[in-house]
Amino acid sequence: MPLTINSSSQGNSARLKLTGEVDGTTAANFRTEVDRALTSAPAILVLDVEQLTFMSSAGLRVLIFAKQKQPSLTIYVLKPQPPIVDTLRKTGFYDGVYVTETEPETGTAKS
Amino acid sequence: METRIDYYPTHERGGFRFRKGHVLPFGASLVGSGVNFSVYSSAAESCTLVLFRKHAPEPMVEIEFPRSFRIGGVYAMIVFDLDYEDLEYGYRFSGGHDPSRGLRFDNSKILSDPYARVIGGRDVWREEPDWNDIYQHRSRLVFDDFDWEGDFPLETPIQDLVFYEMHVRGFTAHGSSKVSAPGTYAGLREKIPYLKELGVNCVELLPIYEFDEWENNRRHPDTGELLLNYWGYSTVAFFAPKAGYAATGVLGMQVDELKTTIKELHRNGIEVVLDVVFNHTAEGDHRGPMISFRGIDNQAYYMLTPEGYYYNFSGCGNTLNCNHPVARNMVIDCLRYWAAEYHIDGFRFDLASILGRDQSGAPLSNPPLLESLAFDPVLSKCKLIAEAWDAGGLYQVGSFPAYGRWAEWNGKYRDSIRRFIKGDEGVVGEIATRLQGSPDLYWYRGPSASTNFVTCHDGFTLRDLVSYNEKHNQANGENNNDGGNDNNSWNCGWEGESTDPAVNELRTRQIKNAATILMLSQGVPMILMGDEIGRTQKGNNNAYCHDNEYSWMDWSLAETNSDLFRFFKHVIAFRRRHPALRRNRFFDHRDVRGVGAADITFHGIQPFAPDYSDGSRCLAFMLCGPNATEPDDDIYVAMNMYWGALPFKLPRPSSASPWRVAINTSMPSPQDIFDPGEGHNVDRDEIIVGPRSIVVLTANARSSEGEK
Repeated sequence: MPLTINSSSQGNSARLKLTGEVDGTTAANFRTEVDRALTSAPAILVLDVEQLTFMSSAGLRVLIFAKQKQPSLTIYVLKPQPPIVDTLRKTGFYDGVYVTETEPETGTAKS
Repeated sequence: METRIDYYPTHERGGFRFRKGHVLPFGASLVGSGVNFSVYSSAAESCTLVLFRKHAPEPMVEIEFPRSFRIGGVYAMIVFDLDYEDLEYGYRFSGGHDPSRGLRFDNSKILSDPYARVIGGRDVWREEPDWNDIYQHRSRLVFDDFDWEGDFPLETPIQDLVFYEMHVRGFTAHGSSKVSAPGTYAGLREKIPYLKELGVNCVELLPIYEFDEWENNRRHPDTGELLLNYWGYSTVAFFAPKAGYAATGVLGMQVDELKTTIKELHRNGIEVVLDVVFNHTAEGDHRGPMISFRGIDNQAYYMLTPEGYYYNFSGCGNTLNCNHPVARNMVIDCLRYWAAEYHIDGFRFDLASILGRDQSGAPLSNPPLLESLAFDPVLSKCKLIAEAWDAGGLYQVGSFPAYGRWAEWNGKYRDSIRRFIKGDEGVVGEIATRLQGSPDLYWYRGPSASTNFVTCHDGFTLRDLVSYNEKHNQANGENNNDGGNDNNSWNCGWEGESTDPAVNELRTRQIKNAATILMLSQGVPMILMGDEIGRTQKGNNNAYCHDNEYSWMDWSLAETNSDLFRFFKHVIAFRRRHPALRRNRFFDHRDVRGVGAADITFHGIQPFAPDYSDGSRCLAFMLCGPNATEPDDDIYVAMNMYWGALPFKLPRPSSASPWRVAINTSMPSPQDIFDPGEGHNVDRDEIIVGPRSIVVLTANARSSEGEK
């Protein structure tokens, strides 16, 4: 299933809405979009993954890439499906992001 | 940033661009926009890099290393524009095939990289592999992007550790574990609160290097039960964590999952020691599979007979040539990698005596590998623990080449404590020595060189030790011929499970006796997974092949035997409260500080009159708190392994404080062990110690604290 990424930004917040699957073939697109979103050094990155059905290790590594490129970045993972949450927990990535079911207040940053 | 000039491709094949690579480091590493592949062979004539997409049945390209890409025996190449996430690689080596000269090259085989950091092919535990796959154990790349969040190895002084020997899968595979990912690193992480409550502060993990659980798999002739290589003492890849132990192994994320578990253990003050198997590999003897080493550099990696067969000092078909410079360097590189990249706190070396043999198998007086490890700068704070024997008859407990660094599994401690507990005659004198940390064996190293244990994975569980006189290994399908016969076990009057309350009460008491002696001995104690809740293997003392309830920890026992768990928890806490039990040097046997008693004194039923005669089955000792290396309470321990109760006259404490009961294994829970300040005072100069029981007393000898 292809991956569609819609990007937007508002204030100090960047937002990517992912639809489809992040797998070995589409992870590069995901990373490119994250890279692009970080060029303006936002304080917050919101990943709306409600319509994302699968995220491979390559996709999860993009989250690490974002955190390591900009350590002060707060990442919200919005409405992930249970298998994605499960993988985030087991690999420990869960602790490095905010998983949320509600739209984050993008005016706040992770303490 | 400009691309470095040495990262431009110079060659192209099948659409893949490449150039000469860097010989170091060995293995596959990310450089610029490429991957540097480096592999060594002393005797090959040529080498070909084989690249696959993940799980693909056929390679996407094969690139022979041009002659100019080889320096010495190292083949090195950078390949550009690879999809790191979707890559698997291996090698074909060409050269002579003359087994009598130790040459077994076969370029029809695709071989794993000896330095592979991740291995694919056994991603999900127990999922039957595709046996027609031309490349079974597939080397993959690793990404050094884990966020350790400031974690580092804990460097807890070894004498302060309480080891918990455990199998990653067996710890939570049982349905009663109630974890979200049974049998995995993530499952272990969920159970950290349990370990913390128990009070252990170091987990010693049975092998987690990539191994093949399907190695030598078979069905039990009678039952049809699938028997696997469950323990994993047969390494496929030394640098790669076992993928099948990761819930996320199917995503290739075992590295992240394991590191996350280690980070969380460290956060809870629990160290991680790995049981490492460098004595042999999964390639077996001349009839075994060609996975890696055999087809890359057979003579370098294996000890060979003059006829070109494999020496078998491991009992598993082959013997790693540990003191050949190439194998030696690989072992050192590997341990450095685990210490640095996984924050591992120490290593326990399986059949470590093999690491002290020369290339023809003869024991060395000054083995280069053991010396190198002892003085290695990266490993300088790691615990190094030897299983100081091998299957070739070398038994070096007490004489292992230690260089002041190596500790040992003390097999003599295990044997003598077992005999004492079961009531054998003629062991009291030895017990007095073992309780002191075995100064007869480790006089030049100190008591912390002695890893004390009564049970370990190899043999009976503690519950079975007091429930079976004989091994019952029929389920292994080897006609009960496997497993040791020198168990020093006693069934307490009935072989196997019993409904007799008296038998069961005695068994519970014997378990508490063992736990008490273990925790009150100088040296470093090790508990076997599940012993604290009475785990049984139904009398099987060699459950290496059972991925089932024989081996798994049944967590419902924590409820059934909650009194036992409570006892273990308290006796561990007792040890951790008392520095007098965790000395880093042997006793002086004199009153160093002039407080009225020597640091340790031995007693019998009369003070200062221990009975070391052959017929004796009791011994008492007193630790004088003020003469401990750190001020402590006085501790008096009376051990009666005789079948009747005995009166013990008490020595006087070093201060005016009275003796107070801390432990009495003859009593039911919760009177068997007390919290500090809860036990009653002893108002006489004599106590009665029940049949096959231990009583521990303390007296406050610290100015303002202690067991009040």
